[in-house]
Amino acid sequence: MKALEINGLRKTYDNGHVALNGVDLEVEQGDFFALLGPNGAGKSTTIGIISSLVSASGGSVKVHGHDLQSERNQCKLLIGLVPQEINFNVFETPKNIVVTQAGYYGISKSLATERAEHYLKLLELWEKSDRPAREMSGGMKRRLMIARALVHEPRLLILDEPTAGVDIEIRRSMWAFLEEINRNGTTIILTTHYLEEAETLCRNVAIIDDGSIVEQGAVSELLSRAQFQTFVLDMKQAPSTQPDLQGMTVLKCEGTRLEVQMRLGDNMNKLFSQLDNLGIDVISMRNKSNRLEEFFLQLVGNNDNGGAA
Amino acid sequence: MQSITSVNIVAFKTIVTKEIRRFMRIWVQTIVPPAVSAVLYMMIFGTLIGSRVGEMDGHQYIDFIVPGIIMMAVITNSYSNSVSSFFSAKFQNHLQEMLIAPVYNWVILAGFVTGGVCRGLAVGALVAAVSLFFTRLPVENPLITITVVVLTATLFSIAGVVNSIFAKSFDDISIIPNFVLTPLTYLGGIFYSIKLLPDFWEGLSFINPVLYMINGFRFGILGSSDISIGWSFMIILIFIALLGSVALYLLNKGVGIKS
Ligand SMILES: Nc1ncnc2c1ncn2[C@@H]1O[C@H](COP(=O)(O)OP(=O)(O)OP(=O)(O)O)[C@@H](O)[C@H]1O
Ligand SMILES: [Mg+2]
Repeated sequence: MKALEINGLRKTYDNGHVALNGVDLEVEQGDFFALLGPNGAGKSTTIGIISSLVSASGGSVKVHGHDLQSERNQCKLLIGLVPQEINFNVFETPKNIVVTQAGYYGISKSLATERAEHYLKLLELWEKSDRPAREMSGGMKRRLMIARALVHEPRLLILDEPTAGVDIEIRRSMWAFLEEINRNGTTIILTTHYLEEAETLCRNVAIIDDGSIVEQGAVSELLSRAQFQTFVLDMKQAPSTQPDLQGMTVLKCEGTRLEVQMRLGDNMNKLFSQLDNLGIDVISMRNKSNRLEEFFLQLVGNNDNGGAA
Repeated sequence: MQSITSVNIVAFKTIVTKEIRRFMRIWVQTIVPPAVSAVLYMMIFGTLIGSRVGEMDGHQYIDFIVPGIIMMAVITNSYSNSVSSFFSAKFQNHLQEMLIAPVYNWVILAGFVTGGVCRGLAVGALVAAVSLFFTRLPVENPLITITVVVLTATLFSIAGVVNSIFAKSFDDISIIPNFVLTPLTYLGGIFYSIKLLPDFWEGLSFINPVLYMINGFRFGILGSSDISIGWSFMIILIFIALLGSVALYLLNKGVGIKS
C-alpha cells in the first residue's frame, strides 16, 4: 500500500486558470519525497487538494489506501500539514495553538498538553510557548507549524516550503529534525526552492511544471541523468575577446567573470589547459548552481540558467 | 484508529472552549459595552421618559422595555460574536486548522454557534442583573424565558456565521448588523406594544421575525405579550432550521472558504 497515490488530478480555479492538468504521483510509505517545480507550477495546489483545503476538479487521491473523496476523515487523520503561508492565530500562544489543533484531531486535553510540550521543546520553541505567537521570528513561526502538524502523530507529513526564509543554521537543524521523524517511520513530502535541501534529504523526487509531472524518480538516478553543469570563473584580467573553448560552451563573458557550461563527467583539465593557452589566469571558480537545479532547468526548458531559488 | 465520532466530540469541546476564551480574553470589548448601553436605555427611556409614559400594555413602562433591552443585547452579541470570530478565522486563514482536521462541518458550525450563544447569554445575564436596579424582573415562566433566549441566541449566531461566509471584507460584516439587524430589533417592539401602531404598520410588524422573539421573551418574564407564545416558538424554530440548513450547505460547498 502506498502512502500517497494520485491519479489524473486536475484543478481549474474559479477564475478559469488551469493549475493542474492531470497529475499522477505515487509516494511509498516511509519515503522522503521532494516535489519540485518553479513558482506557479502547481505544488501548493496539489498539496491543498491532498489536505482538503482546495477542492479538486477531477482525478483521485488515495492516502494509505483510503480514498479522499469517500473516506475523507480517515485520510485527514493520517495527514499532517505544514502550509506555505503562516495560518495560525498570531494572537494565540504557541502552546494554545498546538493543544487546540490536537483537539481537532480528537486528542484529549492532557495528552495534547503533553505532546505540545514534547514537540515545542524538540523544535526549541518552549521558552516562547506562553507568549503570543506574533512575537516570534519568521523561522520560529515555521517551526511552530511543524510542531502543530505533528501533534496528532500523522503517518504522512506534508511540508510546503518549510524552510523558506530560514537561515542556514536553523535550516540544518530542521533537516536533522525531519530526518529523525522520517527514520521513525513517518512518510515525508516536501516542496522547496532550495535544491540542496532536496538533494540532502530526499530519496525520491517529482518535478512538476505547468500543472503536470514532467519527471519522477530517485534523486540519485535523476542526478546521474543530469547532462551539464555550469561553472562561474573569476579571471585576473578581463580578456579582450570572448574566449573560444573547444568541447564546452561559454555562456557569458562579462568583465572578469566567465560562465562555462560543460558536459557532466568531462575532464576539468581540458578547461584549464585551454584557458592557460589563451593566457587567462583564473583566481576562483564555483558551481553556478547545484546539479539538481541545473537538471531541473534543463527539464523545464529554462534557457536562462539562472538560479531557480 | 479512533472513531470519527469520538474525534468530533473532543473537537466540538475544543472549538467551544476556544470561542469562549476568545471573547472572555477581550471582555472589556465584548461584555461590558453592551451592558453600559443597556443601562443608558433603562435610565433614559425607562426611568426618565418612562415615568411620563405611564403604562404600556398593562405594565409599568420600565418593566415593559427591560425584556426587550435584554433581548436586544442577546441578539446583537450572539450575532457579532460568531460573525467576527468566523470572519477573522477565515480572513487570517486559521479556519484551515479545522478544515484539514477530521471535523464534520456541522460540528464546526455548532462550535461557532455555541460560542456565540455563550456570549449572548453572558451579556444577557449581565444586562438582566443590572436591570434589577431599575425593575423587579418577575420571570413568570422561567422555562419559557430560558428557552426563548437560548433559541434566539442560536438563531442569530447562525446568522452571523452565514454573514461571515459571504463576507469578503470587514465592511461586509457591518452592513447586515447596521442595515438589517438594528432596524429589525428596534421595530421589533422593544419600546412599544405594536397595538399602538396604526393598522397597516401593526400588520407589517408581523413579518418581522424579531417581534416574535422579543414578545416570546416578554411573555416569559411578564406573563403577557402581543404575540402568542406558540407562534413565537414556531417562527424561531423555522428560522433556525432555515438558516442552519443554509449555513451547512454553504460550508459543505466550501463557499468563501475553499478554492
Ligand atoms: N485561489 C486561486 N485562484 C486562482 N488561481 C490560483 C489560486 N491559487 C493558485 N492559483 C494559480 O494556480 C497556479 C499554481 O499555483 P500554486 O500555488 O499551486 O503554485 P506553486 O507551485 O505552489 O508555486 P510557488 O512555488 O510559488 O509556491 C498559479 O498559476 C497560481 O497563480
Ligand atoms: Mg506554493
